[in-house]
Amino acid sequence: MSDQIRKQVDLRASVETVWRALTDHEQFGAWFRVRLDGPFVVGEAARGSITYPGYEHVRWTATVVEITPKRRFAFTWRPYAIDPDVDYSAETPTLVLFELEPTGEGTRLTVTESGFDRVPAHRREEAFRMNEGGWAAQMENIKTYVGG
Amino acid sequence: MSGAEPGIAQAFSALGDPMRLALVSRLADGEERSIAALSDGAAMSRQAVTKHLDVLEQAGLVRRLRVGRESRFALRAARVDEARAYLDRISAQWDAALVRLKALVEDGA
Repeated sequence: MSDQIRKQVDLRASVETVWRALTDHEQFGAWFRVRLDGPFVVGEAARGSITYPGYEHVRWTATVVEITPKRRFAFTWRPYAIDPDVDYSAETPTLVLFELEPTGEGTRLTVTESGFDRVPAHRREEAFRMNEGGWAAQMENIKTYVGG
Repeated sequence: MSGAEPGIAQAFSALGDPMRLALVSRLADGEERSIAALSDGAAMSRQAVTKHLDVLEQAGLVRRLRVGRESRFALRAARVDEARAYLDRISAQWDAALVRLKALVEDGA
């Protein structure tokens, strides 16, 4: 087991299309389920509200660390930072990196989230709460997309 | 257990070393082993094995049992499962998000 999550997906869409879906704040929000207040800017915090049903009261924050057009997009955030009464700002965030690569039929997207060895201890409890409340519904969403 | 249970981050940190990961693999069958047995064929000195076992014990990943003058070590499987489950949950969230991204870029094209 390593302390990072790595996902790779082949998309039948051009690099330009995928890049827009990642870095245009409105398109990003559509699939990431967050309504962002403004565009992504390197070195600045992107803020918004989660649009996932039941979590609309939760504010979402990430700090953009890299935008290399059509190749790399990265931000830091705090996974499961969902309790509005808790100040997460002092905690070490994880790094999320999106990498794009053109293929014959479209685009290969690799997502890597790293740094879980620095997520503080008490956050584990929230992970469990989050899971109980939201995950069953999330699975329904997947079914709707895949089967629907 | 008490509230002093070490955090999940400490478990990831402890598992992030190939030597310690190798020790965890050797203990994965649930058997207790002595330091001597764990050093056998492990390409590490007994001192190094002892040090790595200390780190794993502090992270709650192994349990030390004293048998006479000897220390024996056993894996705390529940703890390893817990660390894995944490990553699995975040991993599953990414899977769901990427399914939505795929639908967006492929249908919207």
